Amino acid sequence: MRELSLNVMDVAQNSVRAEADLVTVKVEESDKDDFLTITIADNGCGMTQEQVQQVIDPFFTTRTTRKVGLGVPLFKLSAEQTGGSFDIQSEKGVGTTTTATYVKSHVDMTPLGDINDTMKILIQCNPEIDFIFIHSTDNGSFTLDTRELREVLGDVSLDTPDVLEWIADYLEENTKSIYGGA
Amino acid sequence: MKSLAELKAIRDRAQAEMNMRKENPNAARVLVGMATCGIAAGARPVLNAFVEEIAKRGLKDVTVTQTGCIGICQYEPVVEVEIPGEEKVTYVKMTPEKAVKVVNDHLVNHNVVSEYTIGTATK
Repeated sequence: MRELSLNVMDVAQNSVRAEADLVTVKVEESDKDDFLTITIADNGCGMTQEQVQQVIDPFFTTRTTRKVGLGVPLFKLSAEQTGGSFDIQSEKGVGTTTTATYVKSHVDMTPLGDINDTMKILIQCNPEIDFIFIHSTDNGSFTLDTRELREVLGDVSLDTPDVLEWIADYLEENTKSIYGGA
Repeated sequence: MKSLAELKAIRDRAQAEMNMRKENPNAARVLVGMATCGIAAGARPVLNAFVEEIAKRGLKDVTVTQTGCIGICQYEPVVEVEIPGEEKVTYVKMTPEKAVKVVNDHLVNHNVVSEYTIGTATK
């Protein structure tokens, strides 16, 4: 994957398939403390301890169309190649939380990429699911919570083009402010 | 800064238009393969290109959505176009540029872009 944001899009898809109705994506980064952490948490069907061990194995997948499942292994690799760490906590019937921690300045660090675009596509393609996106840097943080948007929107769907544009602009403006831009 | 008040205005406008775009059985579907293989091969810009071109042309009865891996990872990014009453078409090795052509030729004019289809690729 060329960007970590693509790994997020991929792994968040597992939450969708686990029938979650709330998925939280948290990106915490700090230049001062030289780390970046990505957390993807859902309230989907969860996995047994045995299944958690299996998803780390590239030659395991629950799918029948092919024999390999590379989503989680690639995400894990991207963190570990920077000297970071990777963890999955899951409980059957409760949900799954995946955490990848990176050493930001490491030579093998993959750029975060367009994480806002990832969130926009996730919302657009899964308008029935709620997403919380939290992004924090040394300069501050912001949150997008689709449950709040839904309250305002009433019966207007989140995948309405004008709503998606509002979301994209909201993410862009807030990202600029936490990156210390104008 | 974007405000929730602005969102309210969007809601009011959307509600006014809503009856027009509700549940059309003739809606076409564009399915972009977005599993690990598709994403790694560049499906995200392809999906964005479809959404943008469809919005630009103001096409109302088309939905763009993601789908999983259908087992032909070597041909990703794969896009399936389903128009009710017509045969489903599978496009392979898609790019944002090809996506624009598929919108214009296939979705608008109902001419399949045969040079991008899987049938042509496997010949």
